Amino acid sequence: MKAKIATTWLDGCSGCHMSFLDIDERLLAIADRIELVYSPLVDNKVFPDYVDVTIVEGAVASVDDLAKIKKIRKHTKYLIALGDCAINANVPSMRNPIPVQEIINRAYVENAFIHDVMPKHPALPELLARVMPIHEVVPVDVFIPGCPPSNDTIFYAVAELLDGRIPDLTNKTRFGA
Amino acid sequence: MTLEELQEIKAGEELARSQKKKSIHVCVAAGCMSQNAEAVLNTIEGQLKEKGLAKEIDVKGVGCMGLCAAGPLVSIEPENRMFQEINPANAFLVTDNLEKGKKTTNDLASDSPFFKRQYKIVTENCGVINPERIEEYIAFDGYLGLYTVLHDLDQNEVVQNLIKSGLRGRGGGGYPTGLKWSTVAKAVGSKKYVICNADEGDPGAFMDRSVLESDPHRILEGMAIAAYAIGADEGFIYVRAEYPLAISRLKVAIKQAERKGLLGNNIFGTTFNFTISIRLGAGAFVCGEETALIASIEGGRGTPRPRPPYPAESGLWGKPTLINNVETFANIAPIIRKGADWYASIGTETSKGTKVFALAGQVVNTGLIEVPMGMSLREIIFDIGGGIPGGRKFKAVQTGGPSGGCIPEEFLDIKVDYESLTKLGSIMGSGGMIVMDENSNMVDVARYFMEFCMSESCGKCVPCRVGTAQIYDILTKFAERRATEADLTLLEELCDVVRNTSLCGLGQSSPNPVLSTLKYFKHEYMERIQAEVNQE
Amino acid sequence: MAANGQIKIFTLKIDGKDVSARSDQTVLQVCRENEFFIPTLCHLEGLSNIGACRLCMVEVAGQRKLLPACTTMVSEAMEVTTTNDKLAHYRKMTLELIFSERNHTCSVCVSNNHCELQFLSQKLGINHIRVPYRFPKFAVDASHPYFILDHNRCILCTRCVRVCDEIEGAHVWDVSGRGIQAKVITELNQPWGSADTCTQCGKCVNVCPVGALSEKGRSVAENTKRSGFLPYLTARRKEKI
Repeated sequence: MKAKIATTWLDGCSGCHMSFLDIDERLLAIADRIELVYSPLVDNKVFPDYVDVTIVEGAVASVDDLAKIKKIRKHTKYLIALGDCAINANVPSMRNPIPVQEIINRAYVENAFIHDVMPKHPALPELLARVMPIHEVVPVDVFIPGCPPSNDTIFYAVAELLDGRIPDLTNKTRFGA
Repeated sequence: MTLEELQEIKAGEELARSQKKKSIHVCVAAGCMSQNAEAVLNTIEGQLKEKGLAKEIDVKGVGCMGLCAAGPLVSIEPENRMFQEINPANAFLVTDNLEKGKKTTNDLASDSPFFKRQYKIVTENCGVINPERIEEYIAFDGYLGLYTVLHDLDQNEVVQNLIKSGLRGRGGGGYPTGLKWSTVAKAVGSKKYVICNADEGDPGAFMDRSVLESDPHRILEGMAIAAYAIGADEGFIYVRAEYPLAISRLKVAIKQAERKGLLGNNIFGTTFNFTISIRLGAGAFVCGEETALIASIEGGRGTPRPRPPYPAESGLWGKPTLINNVETFANIAPIIRKGADWYASIGTETSKGTKVFALAGQVVNTGLIEVPMGMSLREIIFDIGGGIPGGRKFKAVQTGGPSGGCIPEEFLDIKVDYESLTKLGSIMGSGGMIVMDENSNMVDVARYFMEFCMSESCGKCVPCRVGTAQIYDILTKFAERRATEADLTLLEELCDVVRNTSLCGLGQSSPNPVLSTLKYFKHEYMERIQAEVNQE
Repeated sequence: MAANGQIKIFTLKIDGKDVSARSDQTVLQVCRENEFFIPTLCHLEGLSNIGACRLCMVEVAGQRKLLPACTTMVSEAMEVTTTNDKLAHYRKMTLELIFSERNHTCSVCVSNNHCELQFLSQKLGINHIRVPYRFPKFAVDASHPYFILDHNRCILCTRCVRVCDEIEGAHVWDVSGRGIQAKVITELNQPWGSADTCTQCGKCVNVCPVGALSEKGRSVAENTKRSGFLPYLTARRKEKI
């Protein structure tokens, strides 16, 4: 049976996904062992009921992210935090010492050249007061630090998981790698 | 000064006392002072003058009488009639009712358990003598102990006396005082120092302040005896600047002792020289830790350094240094005067003598008490302390200040000594005792003490600097009912790290309030986790 | 330190292995000499030891408490355990506390890839920080013509304070504030650029284990440090070359 794999991004730069794609032809080697059931790379809009491995990039920064990660956790066997944003909130968290309203003001009013208006639309998710790493919200099974982790590291981690082992990445990557 | 002169002063004091019919004592220690005791003293003096009694009745300000909750306190001696809550407006209650047996609305039973169950050694002169007159201290055999050691004992005999007495350090750790003295005495070096640690900083503790305000000469004498025993010629009293009254009385006392030749060169006509200076602490709790205190006296930032080397080997300016707490020094003169065997006969197997406690919190008789070691917590809180006000239920007693722990009702009958309190997850500490009733929430109590430790951490070592802040944040989550099971696990883990890897005693013991409340009141933590789950 | 004539030679056991040591050596020195790994951050060869980071805690047989290897002197027949599960756990937790204290953000740090904190965390197998990040608000002092001080990256090891005081003799640096509020300051908490006592020697920058002190004009991952000068300098001074 093929392993059901999902990937998603929260507050991140999608760089980790780029690194993931950099696995290149090696993806083909594992392609017949996995089924990509949900991802920015495929067209499925609804998170499936059961997923073996979900790889999440990015930090939890908005109410949307919060709901998303809680839902993912509920339907996922192994949750992988991919990259520094997912693990230590990294660059997105640099706003944390400053109140949200001040930041939005600075971005959309004070520094606006054309339309100095506050973005207001029901579809826009509200920002949390504090950007959090994923494990502060839900339990995480595997951590792959790096900004971004190298394609080798990601491939190694996925391959290990497919072989039924929790990967040991101590010598392969670190914060900021 | 000679023995004859000492005896002359004593005789003179006794003669003066015998010429007065009565003596009125007004407590002028900080507690009563803050409630206008000085005006009470002046009013009583004025009223006696009006009545023409000024010659036959003596009026004087004395040190702490103990029952601070009922201050300002006044007593008539020698019959020991006591009055409570006296102010300038009702001072006539004292002066109009000088005769024995008269009743007033403000009588205070001096034969109540609060007074009768105490055993006073350290505080024997508190509430008895005028702390600003050296003659009164001498009249109660003051400086006789110093004379005895200088003339009759060699250094080793003094140390052996201390060892035999079983006295242990009253600052918190309970290290055997005699052993400490003998270590410093044996340390190599021609220059040694004696330091009195009067940087009392535990919330709710005021034992040292009271002793310094009520009987400062006792500390000077204790320090001088120590200096002789270890071979020091210079001493420092490190006292916190928040104790202005204690400081001013110490200054007066030092000046008086110097004038009388009891400090300075050739004390009692011997080759023994000893001077004492005062150093003021700027209010950092950590400066009560001996190595931080030394750094502070040296003029540096008050942060602890790893031990060994202990101050006994390398202390102030790298010289062998003896550091004892105020209460420890206060015990020295009586031990010399009355003998080590007498002292060792008081207390328990491992903890000798008495202990001064500052009773505070939800207890009827808040104030200062001195009891023999081995008295049970129940006796202290319910017999002496008068129990919980308003008929509420007892919940826990916090001993040992911010480094101590909370002890629940089931252990109230244990006999208080160093070992028993440690076994319960608390410590003797310097003697703060905060009683809590059923309305107290133990998570909040732990959080309060953790906030204290967090803001008083010096910031030098990582576990204490960051760990206490993290523990405080988790306790805040509990207080706000946002905590999870994972928080409880992390809390326990953090406490373990801070306790086992912090640099100094402050850090190592800072998790105690959390650990002891977790041990005895875990359900209060669990309730707050439960609450969050239910909300979802 | 004992004078030359009084130095004795001891034998002791480190993790069960017999080693010899001079009586004026610390446990850390002997461990490093014999290639036992002990992590440190506040320690730097050539500076005084203060036992502040608590990473070098070791077990010594017969001692109730753990001891910092950097300030513990060797003694005859001492038995030292440099690593076991408990010590590893404490070291990890201590590092995690350091990470949680300020805003380290390795990926955009001048010292990325040249950082002692980063390397130690990898070496000790830390892949996430279990204690919540505190995200304090700290300023950057860029008033100095050549150097930058970023409090967000500071771990309060006080190497800068010690090197400036003990080696350079200027004592520009010190620590102000207590507990979690503590921070390094220049002069009496004045901007570094206005510090007249600063000789601009750059020793502080080079001993800083992280990205708190850096040279101006360096971007992400460009801040390499050269702390190797220190042992040479102190050794040469001792021999008065």
